[in-house]
Amino acid sequence: MIHWNSFSDFLAMGGYGLYVWGSFGLNALIMIVEPIVVARNRKTTIARLKRQLRAEDRAETRNTAE
Amino acid sequence: MKDRFNLYRFASPATFYPLAGKLIPWFVALSVVFGLAGLYLGMLVAPTDFQQGEGYRIIFIHVPASWMSMFIYLVMAGWAAIGLAFNTRLSGMMAQALAPTGALMAFLSLWTGALWGKPMWGAWWVWDARLTSELILLFLYIGYMALTAAIDDQRRADKAGGLLLLVGVVNVPIIYFSVKWWNTLHQGSSVNLTKSSMAETMLWGMLLMALCFWMYSIAVALMRVRTIMLERERHTDWVRAELGANSSGAAK
Repeated sequence: MIHWNSFSDFLAMGGYGLYVWGSFGLNALIMIVEPIVVARNRKTTIARLKRQLRAEDRAETRNTAE
Repeated sequence: MKDRFNLYRFASPATFYPLAGKLIPWFVALSVVFGLAGLYLGMLVAPTDFQQGEGYRIIFIHVPASWMSMFIYLVMAGWAAIGLAFNTRLSGMMAQALAPTGALMAFLSLWTGALWGKPMWGAWWVWDARLTSELILLFLYIGYMALTAAIDDQRRADKAGGLLLLVGVVNVPIIYFSVKWWNTLHQGSSVNLTKSSMAETMLWGMLLMALCFWMYSIAVALMRVRTIMLERERHTDWVRAELGANSSGAAK
C-alpha cells in the first residue's frame, strides 16, 4: 500500500522535496500559528473587557454613593 | 413561522455565542481526522504522477487552499448582502471573522502555486489570468480588512466593507473560469462532476484535504467571531454575564 521504499525517498519527493515540503511547511505553520494568535487575542480581549467592566462598575457605585 | 423564529434566534449573538463555543471542538476534531486521512492517502499511498513525478503532491494543499480562498470570499459576500439588506448585527461580525483566514488561504494558494510553478513551468510567477486574479483576491481581502479597520463607527465600517465585498465578488467567477476563458499557462481543473483526470487515491486524498481545510476554516472563524462578539456587544447584559461567569481569567 505505502508508495515509498524508504524514509529518505519520502523526504526527497523524487527531487521535488524543496517545493513539496516548502508548500506543506508553510501550510503547517499557518494552521498552527493562526489558532494560537486567535486564542491569545481572545485572552487579552477578555482581560481588557473585564478591566473595563470593573472600572465602569466602580464609577457607577461611586456615583450612586454620592 | 416556527422555523423563521428559530433562525432569527440563532442570528442573535447571545444565542450564537454559546452554540459556536460548543461546536468549535467538533470542527477541530473533524479537521484533524480529515487531515490525517488526506495526508495518509495523498502523501503515503497515492502513486507518482506520470507527467509531474512527485512534484504534483503540492496539489493536496494548493487546490484546497485555492477553493477555500474563493469560497470564504463568497460566504463573506453573502453575509455582506444579508447585512446590507436586513441590517443584522451578526453579518458584519461573521465577515470580519472570516477575512483573515480567507486572506491566509489566498496567500497559501499563491505560495504553493509559486513552489509548483518553478519546477513545472520554470517560473515562480507569471502574469497569467488565473494567477493574477487570485492575487487580486488576496488584495481584496487585505483591502476589506484595512477598510473596516480604518473606520471607527462599526456600523459604517460594516457597510463600507460589505460594499467592497459585493463589488469584488465579480472576481471569483473570473478566477474560477479563467482557465477556460483564456489561454493560460495554469493547467485546467483536474476535477469536475462528470469525470476526473486523477487516480482514485489522488482524488480522495485531495477531497479529504479539502474537507480538512473546510473544518479548519470554520473552527478558526468561529473562534474569532466569539471574541468579536464579546468586543462589539460589551455593553449588553449577556456579555456582562459571560465575563462575570468566568472571572477566573481563563479563556473558555
